Amino acid sequence: MHGQPRKPLKPEDDAASIAKAAKLRNLQSQLLHNHHNKIYTKEALEISSKLLELNPEIYTGWNYRKLAVEHNLQVETDPKSIKSIVDEELRLVEIALSRNFKSYGAWHHRKWILSKGFSSFDHEFLLLNKFQKADSRNFHAWNYRRFVAAMKNIPEEEELQYTTDMINNNFSNYSAWHNRSVILSNLLKRKAEGFTSKENVLAEEYDLVHQAVFVDPDDQSGWFYHLWLLEQTVTPDAPMLVSSWPIHDSDMIVSVKSNLDDTLLPTSTRYHSESGTFPLILYFNQPVEGVSSSNVTVDFMFCKEDLLWRPLSTTNSKKSHAWVTYLKFPDKEDNSSKVYPVEVRLGHSHGIVSSSGSDYNFPSRFAFTVSLQCVELETAEGVSGTKMLDWGDDSFQICEALPLDLSPILSLDQLRISKNHEPTALQWLIETMTPEIALFRELLLEIKGCKIGKLTLARLLIAYDAIMTYNIPVEYKKVNTEEVLELFTDLMKLDPTHSSYYKDEHSLVLMEKLISNRKSMSKHCFFYGESSSSNLCNSVCLRLNKLSLSKIGSFEHLLWVEMLDLSHNKLHSIEGLEAMQLLSSLNLGYNRFSSFTALEPLRLLQKLKVLDISYNEIGVHSIDTTRYLCSSPLSHTVEDDSNFNEYARDDMKVADTWEAVMFFRGLQLRQLNMAGNAISDDNFRVLLVKLLPKLKWLDGKAVH
Amino acid sequence: MDLLSGELEVEKHVQYILSLEEKKDSLESVAMDYLRMNGAYWGLTTLDLLGKLGTVDRDEVISWVMQCHHESGGFAGNVGHDPHILYTLSAVQVLALFDKLDVLDIDKLSDYISGLQNEDGSFSGDIWGEVDTRFSYIAICCLSLLHQLDKINTEKAVEYIVSCQNLDGGFGCTPGGESHAGQIFCCVGALAITGCLHHINKDLLGWWLCERQVKDGGLNGRPEKLPDVCYSWWVLSSLIMIDRVHWIDKEKLAGFILDCQDKENGGISDRPNDAVDVYHTYFGVAGLSHLEYPGLKAIDPAYALPVDVINKIFFGRK
Repeated sequence: MHGQPRKPLKPEDDAASIAKAAKLRNLQSQLLHNHHNKIYTKEALEISSKLLELNPEIYTGWNYRKLAVEHNLQVETDPKSIKSIVDEELRLVEIALSRNFKSYGAWHHRKWILSKGFSSFDHEFLLLNKFQKADSRNFHAWNYRRFVAAMKNIPEEEELQYTTDMINNNFSNYSAWHNRSVILSNLLKRKAEGFTSKENVLAEEYDLVHQAVFVDPDDQSGWFYHLWLLEQTVTPDAPMLVSSWPIHDSDMIVSVKSNLDDTLLPTSTRYHSESGTFPLILYFNQPVEGVSSSNVTVDFMFCKEDLLWRPLSTTNSKKSHAWVTYLKFPDKEDNSSKVYPVEVRLGHSHGIVSSSGSDYNFPSRFAFTVSLQCVELETAEGVSGTKMLDWGDDSFQICEALPLDLSPILSLDQLRISKNHEPTALQWLIETMTPEIALFRELLLEIKGCKIGKLTLARLLIAYDAIMTYNIPVEYKKVNTEEVLELFTDLMKLDPTHSSYYKDEHSLVLMEKLISNRKSMSKHCFFYGESSSSNLCNSVCLRLNKLSLSKIGSFEHLLWVEMLDLSHNKLHSIEGLEAMQLLSSLNLGYNRFSSFTALEPLRLLQKLKVLDISYNEIGVHSIDTTRYLCSSPLSHTVEDDSNFNEYARDDMKVADTWEAVMFFRGLQLRQLNMAGNAISDDNFRVLLVKLLPKLKWLDGKAVH
Repeated sequence: MDLLSGELEVEKHVQYILSLEEKKDSLESVAMDYLRMNGAYWGLTTLDLLGKLGTVDRDEVISWVMQCHHESGGFAGNVGHDPHILYTLSAVQVLALFDKLDVLDIDKLSDYISGLQNEDGSFSGDIWGEVDTRFSYIAICCLSLLHQLDKINTEKAVEYIVSCQNLDGGFGCTPGGESHAGQIFCCVGALAITGCLHHINKDLLGWWLCERQVKDGGLNGRPEKLPDVCYSWWVLSSLIMIDRVHWIDKEKLAGFILDCQDKENGGISDRPNDAVDVYHTYFGVAGLSHLEYPGLKAIDPAYALPVDVINKIFFGRK
């Protein structure tokens, strides 16, 4: 019972409640009798009124009255009598709502009777004012208010004013802030009079929400509104291309197997492909849909047909940050000395659209060269070839000099033909953000342990750095990173209940700090293999191990990575990793992955050959937090589950193995380590060998 | 998580649920008579999670459920009442618990549900036309359990749900309606079952949801509201489905739920020392199951049924 104290009944209460129960039961059986026998007399209706006044939740009672109204209106032509029928229903609803303000049935009955058109809506705002005064947060009343406002064609400006009044009356009214965000975004969207300048509107809204946040920073009512304003301020409507692979101005060599030996230029990007195909990846600042050959032009002399672009997404979403297509050398092309230019242009025609419906509209181009090289099979297969890959520290040598073309850093701005932002827009952003940052710094001087103050300041600083990096990537150096990291560290201590949230945010900022510039990234880049060798086997491995990361991001900087070590962190998710299409070796050992469904992004990595997921928590937990974020029969994202049966045995049920089957059967792994997981036993290893026909090493031992 | 097994009064809660049958004439029972089908689902699912479903007479329950079946194909909240989608899902869930979905006329039942879909993709609760995203969830969940999802236009159903998404990342009853944890569960659940969680901004919604946890460890349903055990289910399930459940303090929440037990007479209440009822008893136990409390069966966050029941439906008996 909501809000009822737990107490033993006194005898007199007991007697009263028995009598009340008997009365209620009696009324209810009479109602059901009348309902089943279609009796709509005055007396019968009286019984249903009494019942609904006592208990407005009895939905069959409201249904009965609707039937009675329809029945009685059928025979009634006198407007007066019609009015009295309708008025009686409105009266009853009002009594019922006074009894239980949250009765869905009563509110709907009112809508239903008014929608018949026999009564005006004039009285409704008076009634609502009465109810909303009594409980300003009742969402039924707010929903009803929107319904009445629409029926009466009340201008949205008036309803916006109502939310202002409610907020000024008491800023701790999340419902009013919510309704404000709904109305305001409508007004902005349709550029209503007085709302054409987003800048002016947002400035006023900042002023309003500051009152709420600063009067009582612990009151959450204004928090989410402020975050929404910040999003509105800093997120550019139109999507932007932020990186690509291959990158602008690079020279790429596609190596195919043959018996020829050859040397490669150390500054070139090498990509191994047995079939002479190579990917072209575009990475946008927000998920987009609609990338196709009609809006991305690729000039490559062997590319005659329209290219097929695919969003890199683990769900059946048509939107993604990253899109891929494949270019191919013709089978007979073996002229290894010839260099071919490739040029990619986009933004000249419509079709690439963000979630908010904005078009990609920055004409951009980038170009690179590509040549074909034939190398020995063993060499070409590199680290995932004939030997088992060893992730131990001894296998890695620090890269003295990072090959120039490895990362797309510093080249992003070269993509753009014209500057993205007009100087005035950037000016406005800086002018809006700067005082906002100052204001929250001030708040923190006053209240040192102010949680929302610290969180908002961190978000503002991150946003500021991001804006500046997008706009002037070459000149601007992120200045706020250390302060942001410190703010999140403080928050973990200040608000331990939500420490994992701050930890995730901290990890994202830390990761970006480590890889977003060449100097710091080079500290994490290592050569795999023997140091003295000038052997082409040497592969660059990005090692982001032992950093206590709980979340990863910044994938736009990582499109080039083939070998990645994320071991000894606190990861339980690799959301977004599907963009790293070149990845062939991945170490996720000693983390917190608890299911195969959490590894779903790996299913999209066609080049993945070596995977280490040892010492995680697979098989330990009874809840699976990624079960609905992967393809599965439970979410109707797998066509047919009959294939699961093929792997079932008496001692291994489909329900226990389908996730492993789904995950592994699409992979081409040669090396897998999953020791130290609860699920990994002998039966399971047999299943793995069956699922992975190309597997050569399992848990550090050769597969026979 | 280091939760002491034994703090949950399993035996007392079982007795409390079984005793509800004997108290049919109490005021609470009479007042809730119209939604007895929901009550049956709450009580029986709790028993199953506690491993005690065997204590009830399965044939008796099934025969009563079928007495609530209406010629239109839907189920009523109790014998003699009108059919409604709210009770139809509960009836299907109860039958699923007993592995007796085969007593249903599946075509008729799924026609009833698909008949409630409107032009804009939304669902009415019954013939009287109340529209709510709760009904979208129910329709989708119910049809999926019956392998009949192709009977409705899921694309439009999803489109409607997405139109109820708010700027705080949450969802309301209808477009423009305020976010509420119960409503968020329904919308996230419906999107989960249809494989459409990509429509959700997981970080934004996750932050809103994790901020439902208040100082004493309990969860509320909207900002600046009191905590309530029932949100252990609505908020936790939603957070699990979007992979953000680690953003709350699970131990503190488990402590709050355990504090809401009536340790003498069994049952769980909304807040400590309030009167218990079967609704909060279910949500408390289901919440503890999501928190991996020892000895409890796992429950599926989207279908709101024990995982072994769901596995049987989707992966058969093998």
